[in-house]
Amino acid sequence: MKRQIIFALAAATALGLAAATYHASAAPEKLKVGFVYVGPVGDLGYTYQHELGRQALQKALSDKVETTYLENVPEGADAERSIEQLARTGHKLIFTTSFGFMDATLKVANKYPNVFFEHATGFKRAKNLATYAARFYEGRYIQGQIAGKTTKSNVIGYIVSFPIPEVISGINATMLGAQSVNPNVKFKIIWVNSWFDPGKEADAAKALIDQGADVLTQHTDSPAAMQIAEQRGIHAFGQSSDMIKFGPHAQLTANTDYWGNYYIDRAKLVLDGKWKSDDTWDGLDKGMVVMAPYTNMPDDLKQMAMKTEAAIKSGTLHPFKCPITDQDGKTVDCKGGNRLDNGQILSMNWYVKGIDDKVPGK
Amino acid sequence: MVDTLVAILQLIFSVSFILTVVTATTPLLLAASGELVVERSGVLNLGVEGMMIVGAACGFAGAWLSGSALVGAICGILAGMALSAIFGVLTLGLAVNQVATGLALTILGVGLSGLIGAGFVGEKIVPASHLYLPVLTTIPGVGRILFGEDPFVYVAVALIVGIWLFLYRTRAGLVLRAVGDNHASAHALGYPVLGIRMLAVLFGGACAGLAGAYLPLAYTPFFIPGMTSGRGWIALALVVFASWRPGRLVAGAYLFGAVSILGLALQPLQLGIPQQVMNMLPYLATVVVLVLISRTRGTAGSTAPASLGMVFVPDR
Repeated sequence: MKRQIIFALAAATALGLAAATYHASAAPEKLKVGFVYVGPVGDLGYTYQHELGRQALQKALSDKVETTYLENVPEGADAERSIEQLARTGHKLIFTTSFGFMDATLKVANKYPNVFFEHATGFKRAKNLATYAARFYEGRYIQGQIAGKTTKSNVIGYIVSFPIPEVISGINATMLGAQSVNPNVKFKIIWVNSWFDPGKEADAAKALIDQGADVLTQHTDSPAAMQIAEQRGIHAFGQSSDMIKFGPHAQLTANTDYWGNYYIDRAKLVLDGKWKSDDTWDGLDKGMVVMAPYTNMPDDLKQMAMKTEAAIKSGTLHPFKCPITDQDGKTVDCKGGNRLDNGQILSMNWYVKGIDDKVPGK
Repeated sequence: MVDTLVAILQLIFSVSFILTVVTATTPLLLAASGELVVERSGVLNLGVEGMMIVGAACGFAGAWLSGSALVGAICGILAGMALSAIFGVLTLGLAVNQVATGLALTILGVGLSGLIGAGFVGEKIVPASHLYLPVLTTIPGVGRILFGEDPFVYVAVALIVGIWLFLYRTRAGLVLRAVGDNHASAHALGYPVLGIRMLAVLFGGACAGLAGAYLPLAYTPFFIPGMTSGRGWIALALVVFASWRPGRLVAGAYLFGAVSILGLALQPLQLGIPQQVMNMLPYLATVVVLVLISRTRGTAGSTAPASLGMVFVPDR
């Protein structure tokens, strides 16, 4: 008798739960969008800008879209696990925001053909894997010009992470910009082998200043170098985010990324069923790259920078306009008419003339 | 060739280089000193990274809320102690496996620090001030190195000297070493093994917390999650490198710090060495030195405290 009552109760509970969940799934489901970050959202640099983009997406489409993010995901084998976790839990659009996630994203994309993947700053695509990046080098060309005019010692300090094409093209664009106003500029480059290590970046900044640099620029993600520049009374450029708070007298400008509009556009495409694999590479013209306000410089330099920015936006000036001579003195074969084409910039693994460094790994 | 050598020597003996090495080594020395005491008492606490990073978050929070770097340092110490207390209760009170608990502590600490520190990202504090003595600090060269550092540097030096005195010149230190070498005998003699180990664990937590607090209070005066970047693990390795001896710990810490900075500062001199090798140098150097000093020892077997990592449950 007792057993029968227990069975009956169990059956009733099961039926009740089934009815409840059936009801819940009848409501329209929101599109789940996932984001995979390489660093902490609090890095006040690269990852922070992606997070701002995600927040913009969540705000603009809050009734149709639900976003989640995973931060501090290491590049490499661990990344695959994290991306797959998002794919398995119902996310239909996944953004992986660092170059090092490339192979992991491709692998998971092949496993989940019904999920759309977008990989930032990479170059491998598939039917359900698109790529997107910002033309950071446009901002770097402007920074190079400003640096060339600001430096008195003609030594620019450059703190960099890993020798991938995006970083190399950034160094080259900065040098070309600097050379266009000051042919005697030299770079001192330190590779810290990490996107994010404030202590190491601070040490590198100190070493560069000790070796004569009076303008610092970086391709790493923390404001440590900007702070050292402020302490030592020299100038620096912010990377990915406006770092003026850490360098009120030091920051000249910052190369900030703005991903919000892109994320909203892509989510809308998925909602309308019109998403397809693409390669988006926008810059100053579409507002994907935004220069922080020009500060701590004389007015005529500010005017020059704004003129260059306008010229790049309108297309009349291209940072990689030909002819370009490489480190060994050879003229580079220009495939884009009078400038390097996209493919050449995306796979850049050589330095322009005037840079005293060896591309690591060559 | 000669002028590159000259450039390198000029670099190594420059005041700025030595100052940078001292500041880079200080967090490692602070954390490793505490861990040395813990391991000498027979407990293997792998949670140094977690305690350091919680110390960083709480240290910055304390300094920002109170306006004083000293309060921040105290908050960092307390945070490290609190986390190590959890470790102590689990491994000493409940006899849980020390390695697993230590690793779990690291993961917990990293997550907790991100949670605590999230609201403080982007804030600015007044960093710890540097010592200034009227005549001494202005001596060209050594003045700033010896008399112009921030308080953490002096605390680190005083700490390791104090630990050496404690371990080798006091009775309490002898008892601690005895507990670490043979906890059964120490217990038989009537010493409170678990109590001594708990005190050691708390001390180790305090040092790790202080080491972590050093980063946002003096080294790079801002807080960002993850800012310890693995320094806790290096501190752990340094304790083993030092064969659990304070003198060797100082040497090992400064070797590692100096080669780390060298690996960065030599890159712009274009020596033809790939930058990946330059970044590997501190680890390579430590391994090479370890091999060399181990060969000259002549004794067989490890110099670790004999009861290191072994669970102790009193039989009465």
